[in-house]
Amino acid sequence: MNKHDPKGIPHTTPRQSATFTQDVNSDIRRAAATGIYDIRGGGAKRKVPSFDDLLFMGASISRYPLEGYREKCDTNVTIGGLNASNPIELDIPITIAGMSFGALSGPAKEALGRGASAAGTSTTTGDGGMTPEERGHSDKLVYQYLPSRYGMNPNDLRKADAIEIVVGQGAKPGGGGMLLGQKISDRVAEMRNLPKGIDQRSACRHPDWTGPDDLEIKILELREITGWKVPIYVKVAGARPYYDTTLAVKAGADAVVLDGMQGGTAATQDVFIEHVGLPTLAIVRPAVQALQDLGMHRKVQLILSGGIRSGADVAKAMALGADAVAIGTAALIALGDNDPKWEAEYNKLGTTAGAYDDWHEGQDPAGITTQDPDLMARFDPIEGGRRLRNYLKVMTLEAQTIARACGKNHLHNLEPEDLVALTMEAAAMAKVPLAGTDWYPGKTGTRY
Amino acid sequence: MQTIDLTEVGLRETNATLHAQSGDTNQTVWEIINPRGSHAIACGLNAPIEVTVRGSTGYYCAGMNQQATVNIDGSAGPGTGENIMSGKIVIEGDASQYLGATGHGGLIVVKGNASSRCGISMKGVNIVVQGNVGHMSAFMGQSGNLVVLGDAGDALGDSCYEARFFVRGEVKSLGADCEKKEMRPEHIAFLKEILAEAEIEADPSEFTRYGSARNLYNFDVDNAGAY
Ligand SMILES: Cc1cc2nc3c(=O)[nH]c(=O)nc-3n(C[C@H](O)[C@H](O)[C@H](O)COP(=O)(O)O)c2cc1C
Repeated sequence: MNKHDPKGIPHTTPRQSATFTQDVNSDIRRAAATGIYDIRGGGAKRKVPSFDDLLFMGASISRYPLEGYREKCDTNVTIGGLNASNPIELDIPITIAGMSFGALSGPAKEALGRGASAAGTSTTTGDGGMTPEERGHSDKLVYQYLPSRYGMNPNDLRKADAIEIVVGQGAKPGGGGMLLGQKISDRVAEMRNLPKGIDQRSACRHPDWTGPDDLEIKILELREITGWKVPIYVKVAGARPYYDTTLAVKAGADAVVLDGMQGGTAATQDVFIEHVGLPTLAIVRPAVQALQDLGMHRKVQLILSGGIRSGADVAKAMALGADAVAIGTAALIALGDNDPKWEAEYNKLGTTAGAYDDWHEGQDPAGITTQDPDLMARFDPIEGGRRLRNYLKVMTLEAQTIARACGKNHLHNLEPEDLVALTMEAAAMAKVPLAGTDWYPGKTGTRY
Repeated sequence: MQTIDLTEVGLRETNATLHAQSGDTNQTVWEIINPRGSHAIACGLNAPIEVTVRGSTGYYCAGMNQQATVNIDGSAGPGTGENIMSGKIVIEGDASQYLGATGHGGLIVVKGNASSRCGISMKGVNIVVQGNVGHMSAFMGQSGNLVVLGDAGDALGDSCYEARFFVRGEVKSLGADCEKKEMRPEHIAFLKEILAEAEIEADPSEFTRYGSARNLYNFDVDNAGAY
């Protein structure tokens, strides 16, 4: 009986639609009010099968573990030894992904360089070119060669320790970049050779090559210009990982960077981030298979990215066959992005710590994804670098902890046989057995 | 003059030799024979030397050029002079697609025609084409100048920013946000200068100028169809 109903007819409880959720309705209202799609930073926020759906089994009677802190578990990795006379030697298999100057402030780029160098790993430029801050503070710097070619210049190319040809990003396979007018400061405008204050569209496709046959020639040109000294990576979004990896290797790449849909971006359409691309978990095995089929596994390195957060993620990626990982979003969080200490200011922007993703608007309370001098001044690159170094060290220790428990004296010795899956989806994607069974969907020769 | 037979010496050795030349080299004049359409010939040069390639070249000849003058005594493949920073490239024959893509500076001269996407994403380079240019030329052009003595194909200057286009002949169609503009005395003066530098004779007053209408610079829902 409902006391508000004069006739005493029972009411149903107000019910929210599973289709038209509050989130969906707010999207519709925003679209109706503005006439433009929603642009934001970050990666896919929806839940997708992920490394969280995998577990390591650890040692048992048939496998013995290594003693923590006593018995060695190495973490180093060499990238690009196939064709380059100066391959990249890293102490840890966790690299800093390419993030554009323009999206990030100069001091934030400096902090990434400081933190990565202190942890013995590399950092990467991004759309907009190389800044002196990051070259100066990065022991190993990978120079991105992007479709927009903003700030692209052969002097910087020759200063790079490796070159990464960007074909795509996991957040937006097939999409270009977007830097809205608000963030185009004098310095950003000058580096990109564009007027101040306009919306900058970065091309989605390279201006001077299309397809795998051209890519091979482009790689040749870059090698000739840099004297075959530095490795050339090819970065692709998780879309058709088997074929993309195959084609990149055939075109002559020294390393393949594969970025899943959880991977962050500085800014793109929300619809792109949430609806295009494959989850990181789903792209590793096909890429590794491609390398194995070509006899190139461990010769051409596979660097995996997209939602890597912890040493467990690193260990899982490596167990599935990756040689290293790259982190973007996690590195920004380590620097102080989305820190609850700025909650009052996030609230003023209509959001909350953890959900802030309007990086393109340039009003970042943490002073990282901004070009505003006052906000930038909040961020201390030395402290930021220290925090990033700490975080990278912790991830490495965590991965080593797992590897030792699996009896491995190098992270590279982790293998799919160390893993089980918690869900059917994860079992199918990672091709490891569902926990407690010896089966995964698609596995041939089993009774299930 | 130093002569290199590309077929005998090989690409790597040829480029390494040219890269080894610095600003004060005495060997300023080079000739490359038997190019046979090879890719990446004389790319990444960074010295005030003059290199003449006797024959046609493949992709990316003189790519990322700095300071050097590269003459192609033949036709040039895709992406010739891509990302040129400074110096000069002269193509006696025709140029394939993406000529001077993303070039930041310097001058490219084509005595024949240039194919589609000539000057795509140009960022400061000057390109002078004696013949015609193909479709989508100067797509997303940011700055610099494309001077065409003949005709331009479809969608000239599509989505361009501040690059300027001067065409003497017909323009088949203009791309999104590209419009015809007034020729002012400074444009005539510029053309005079660039044509002289390109060693091409033409009357600057016969050209029409095109450039960005600047309607797509900041998103407006009423222009959504143009994106
Ligand atoms: C702020 C920001 C800027 C980025 N800029 C670029 C870029 O310029 N070029 C690029 O290839 N990827 C860019 N990315 C993507 C990263 O390189 C990487 O693929 C991604 O961040 C990995 O996923 P994660 O963020 O989950 O670690 C950017 C990512 C972020 C978060």
